[in-house]
Amino acid sequence: MIDSAPALELRGITKRFGDLVANDGIDFDVRRGEVHALLGENGAGKTTVMRIAYGLTQADAGEVRVEGQPRIIRSPRDAISAGIGMVTQHFALVGPMSVAENLALGRSRGLRLDLAAARRRAASASDRFGIRIDPSLRVANLSVGQQQRVEIVKALSRDCRVLILDEPTAVLVPDEVNALFATLRSLVADGLSIVFISHKLAEVRAISDRVSVLRRGKLVGTAAGSTDERELARMMVGRPTFGVERVADGAAPSAKPILRIRGLHVAGANDLPAISDVSADVCAGEILGVAGVSGNGQTELVEVLSGMRRPTSGSAAVSGTELAGADPGQVMRAGVGRIPEDRHASLIGDLSVAYNLVLERLDDFGNGGRIDERRIRAHAVELIRRFDIRAGPDDPVATLSGGNIQKVLLARVLSRDPRVIVVSQPTRGLDVGATEYVRSQLLERRADGAAILLVSEDLDELIALSDRLIVLYEGRIVGEMAVADADPEQLGMLMAGRGRAA
Amino acid sequence: MRVSPWSTPLLIVYAILITFAITAGPILIAGANPIEAYGAFVVVPLTSQFTLLEILVSATPIMLTGAAVAVAFRAGYWNIGAEGQLLLGAIAAAGIGTLVGGLHPVIALPIMIVGGALGGAAWALAPALLRIRFGIDEVVTTLLLNPVALLLVNGLLHGPWRDPVTGFPESPRIAASAEFPTLIDRSRLHLGILLALIVVTVAWYVLARTAAGLRLRAAGLSPHGARFAGINVSRTLLGAALVSGAIAGIAGVSEVAGIQNRLTAGLSPGYGYTGIVVATLGTLTMPGVAIAAIFLGDLTVGASSAARSLGIPSQLGAVVQGVLLLTTVALLALRRNRARRPADGSAGSVTGDVAAEGTAG
Repeated sequence: MIDSAPALELRGITKRFGDLVANDGIDFDVRRGEVHALLGENGAGKTTVMRIAYGLTQADAGEVRVEGQPRIIRSPRDAISAGIGMVTQHFALVGPMSVAENLALGRSRGLRLDLAAARRRAASASDRFGIRIDPSLRVANLSVGQQQRVEIVKALSRDCRVLILDEPTAVLVPDEVNALFATLRSLVADGLSIVFISHKLAEVRAISDRVSVLRRGKLVGTAAGSTDERELARMMVGRPTFGVERVADGAAPSAKPILRIRGLHVAGANDLPAISDVSADVCAGEILGVAGVSGNGQTELVEVLSGMRRPTSGSAAVSGTELAGADPGQVMRAGVGRIPEDRHASLIGDLSVAYNLVLERLDDFGNGGRIDERRIRAHAVELIRRFDIRAGPDDPVATLSGGNIQKVLLARVLSRDPRVIVVSQPTRGLDVGATEYVRSQLLERRADGAAILLVSEDLDELIALSDRLIVLYEGRIVGEMAVADADPEQLGMLMAGRGRAA
Repeated sequence: MRVSPWSTPLLIVYAILITFAITAGPILIAGANPIEAYGAFVVVPLTSQFTLLEILVSATPIMLTGAAVAVAFRAGYWNIGAEGQLLLGAIAAAGIGTLVGGLHPVIALPIMIVGGALGGAAWALAPALLRIRFGIDEVVTTLLLNPVALLLVNGLLHGPWRDPVTGFPESPRIAASAEFPTLIDRSRLHLGILLALIVVTVAWYVLARTAAGLRLRAAGLSPHGARFAGINVSRTLLGAALVSGAIAGIAGVSEVAGIQNRLTAGLSPGYGYTGIVVATLGTLTMPGVAIAAIFLGDLTVGASSAARSLGIPSQLGAVVQGVLLLTTVALLALRRNRARRPADGSAGSVTGDVAAEGTAG
């Protein structure tokens, strides 16, 4: 069956971004006529290693071989000429142009635009692989699933023999997933090789011949596509038990719900709901952790609770005050403090630390329109001391380090003594010291009786801080458990869309 | 305070030096000594009382339109329509000016100024609402309303407002009590310059010292961050657009009541567009706007006198102005690229890009 060298082989691929090792000596190969899945949590390095294979990112070390021959791939152009195609998560299509024009892009020599050839290619793809797509349609009018087909045809029309698909099902409705899988099977039957990047266990098992699991930039292992889901989940999450100490102290949360979320629905892209029927309570003195692979509705949930997004239906109330549909000002007046995942965009980089610290409550620092610069400054000096921010009051926030920016946000929120804190990825990208500090502040607030909703991709963090966990998958709560009962393997299964908590 | 080689005042000085280097070519081609020409452009107008006052007369309308543009740009609202808003202010002033003859100037002038401001704000309203409600790009709508305003002026001048005595396409002369008094005998310097300085001072105070000003700046620097902090960004943009239109409208009042004493088709040789140049050279700060307006006024007066003394085309003044705008924008863009910016290159953190597009259009 395997007549020669692998269609694509990566050897010892290493890539660092600053201190972060995104890929650590990864070996990977895909044979002719095979679907080889690359499985892992967010940030495991799946996309990075394939971007390297496609020339979108340059490796620090390692080798790419195509059919046994070492190839130097510095750009997608090199990759395409080596027979490698990739469909990234964000499509590289020109919306206002027709399908045929998109297929002709990047292929035309000189000034000639050969649309007839593009149409022929679309027709031949349709014949050979059953990918039906009308070449005269405008790309912007196509559904996401159809656009994905155009991307696949585009790669095929450049005679690729290895096709890399990065989370191809993330944007598809179930029928489209089935159609995609049918297409992939016919491609493989025709001798193509497919690299299928995913974090969804069921899909990986349904389509793959082999599965390689990445965790924190390292290859954990390669297994047959039929491997038991529990085994795959364990490889993905990485440990039979959690290695972290619970740092949340003994005081049990009260049974008094402060934040009540009921039947929340939020519309997403491509008619897929971003959040469906989410209900949860967060009590005083409790941290509710929200686990899940990113892109499963966490961002939208936090945005609704922050007043930045309107839900389609449902309710989220803080002691009777409705947050659904409220604007950020109303949300804050209801006593909600918000520390969002995108901390840079939530402050104003070109304004000073002092101004950013008062921006949520300017009315408290003015008398009849005029702002009281002296009080703003004194307030800043006080918070800089209290929260150990390494900056001066007049420094523009953009000049601060990530940890200090997070402390500015933390200071702005906590200085108002919020009853509810909605916090997302609070320590992502922070160094150890800043991470410890942020976590200790959240725990202190918990002890003071705040109700905290904590979204994090870092399972260790969730385990260390939360009292209870809910797991989001495709916008739904698929599991809920006390942290004491959380078991990593089961969490991994839930996050990958398999099974429900008992 | 450490002085960075990229600090704003230094940047403007570099821009001026680079501009002189670039425009030396055209001046040589025109047959003049560049050094002598720059002297004539910049220094000569400063040497006599008459030309000094003329500089202020030239600076008046563009100080106002510059302030108008700067207020909008600081909010991240790219109002390219100061020209049209100025014309609406002028129409309002010319209309009101013929009606207030029986009133004392102390009453007549404020009525006219407020009327002009309302006219400018009204012209700014539709694009602002379209932007806020439907996300329609205000660069296009405000720009396209400029020729519409000019058509309105011409329609009035060739129709109902044609001067009944002379038959010229000019509106009837406004009442004497509606004319701006001259500030100094035997000069053209009129009340408008004081008005412009008051507007610039008030705008500076509001932007720098009030909560509304801080909200406006925050919205301009990062709409997302401002909204996240509970600022009503739509309302802030609407306010900035209307204030911007009102200030441009006052520029129209000033030209009608201070210079022309009637509505004419040639009332504004593009003061609204020059306002974009002034705002950009002034790096969107009010002191900067005042200085830039006076500097461009100096160049304008200098260019017309150099045309006579050196025999070079007076259009070279406009060439110098244009090159100065381009070098300033280029240096600001260069500075932005050098600056470390961690996450987002939040729109409008540096001024000039859109401003440049606007004047090119």
